[in-house]
Amino acid sequence: MPVVTMTVNGEARSAEVEGRTLLVEFLRNHLGLTGTHVGCDTTQCGCCTVHVNGVAIKSCTALAVALDGAAVTTIEGLAQNGKLHPMQEAFREHHALQCGFCTPGMIMSAIDMVRRNGHALDERTVRKQLEGNICRCTGYHNIVTAVQAGAAAMKGQ
Amino acid sequence: MYAFDYHQPKSVDEAAQMLGAKPEPKLLAGGMSLLPTLKLRLAQYTDLVDLSAIDSIKGIERDGDALVIGAMTRHVEVATSDTVKRAIPALTTLAGGIGDPLVRNRGTMGGSIANADPAADYPSAVLGLGATVITDKRQIAGDDFFKGLFETALEPGEIVMAVRYPVPLQAAYIKYPNPASRFALVGVFVARTAAGVRVAVTGAGPCVFRLTDAEALLAKNFSAAALENFTVKPDGLNADIHATAEYRAHAVAVMLKRAVAAAGGNT
Repeated sequence: MPVVTMTVNGEARSAEVEGRTLLVEFLRNHLGLTGTHVGCDTTQCGCCTVHVNGVAIKSCTALAVALDGAAVTTIEGLAQNGKLHPMQEAFREHHALQCGFCTPGMIMSAIDMVRRNGHALDERTVRKQLEGNICRCTGYHNIVTAVQAGAAAMKGQ
Repeated sequence: MYAFDYHQPKSVDEAAQMLGAKPEPKLLAGGMSLLPTLKLRLAQYTDLVDLSAIDSIKGIERDGDALVIGAMTRHVEVATSDTVKRAIPALTTLAGGIGDPLVRNRGTMGGSIANADPAADYPSAVLGLGATVITDKRQIAGDDFFKGLFETALEPGEIVMAVRYPVPLQAAYIKYPNPASRFALVGVFVARTAAGVRVAVTGAGPCVFRLTDAEALLAKNFSAAALENFTVKPDGLNADIHATAEYRAHAVAVMLKRAVAAAGGNT
């Protein structure tokens, strides 16, 4: 079986995988990073969103072996020195979650949204660009507020 | 997913050799359709040949009166390209409306047309602009490329390298997306080109198709007003849990009028 090596949250991590092993399986089952969730497993809900080489993708729809050598950031890699990432802090502050299952994906997706669109995000942009992330609890209102606040807070990073 | 062997060739030649040497191989592009299909065990291959490391089939280039887009160019790159926006803004809209941002970060143009999903967006641009599909073996006219439900003119082992889109005088793409998947319930690509008016419809039938009646009307008068009494027959259109054939037929006419207006048709 092939061995893949990735830089995950800043650390070099290797594991023997099958050709069919998904990135999310590599992260959860091989590395024990269970913060990345599997919701739908059909590329729709976005709970499994992580950053690969700085770009947000759905890790349930990428082969681990195809990403040998990549740099991956998961929800576990956001907080620095015990301090939450500004987007995590904004989700906490604005109560942008209920059950919390979609939250890791929402946050990873939101940070990528800031990369693509900058720090001043209007409500329409946030709603449109969150199309790849599904929440079944909140009705999105507080998530949108949190993403806007988190985007602004990231400017000071 | 059933087990398979994974390969990552560095050139088109190497990929073609692998396809020829394996019992049941399949090309992997962005994987946004293939991987979900494999996960559902709707298909089984002995080998996946991943095209993602082949740089020669990536990128966007303006070449005279055409825009050439490499097969492994991702939707996000087309959607955010200034070159595309200057040449064919309808493609900017089309690529920027595929799936969601996370899907657009991975999905590729070549994967979309080779898969030929009846509700995919790109086939309507290939047909609507009269584009040319460039493979490792030949050039295929857009009119000859899409053959049916998930069926194209591609031979086994043939690799799409790029698509050459002629720059139109006016063009627009408007779709009515399925609210869950963002696939086109109905999508209409209209283009006024030097060679005439072309209208291509996706999502409505088993395969992307041209609307020649509407093309004739628009050739005389490129305006939404020319379509005032235009209707589409529901015969042969898709009917499923999302919409009836009658609903789709109506939506095609509505989307077409909107597309002509968006293309800057006479008012």
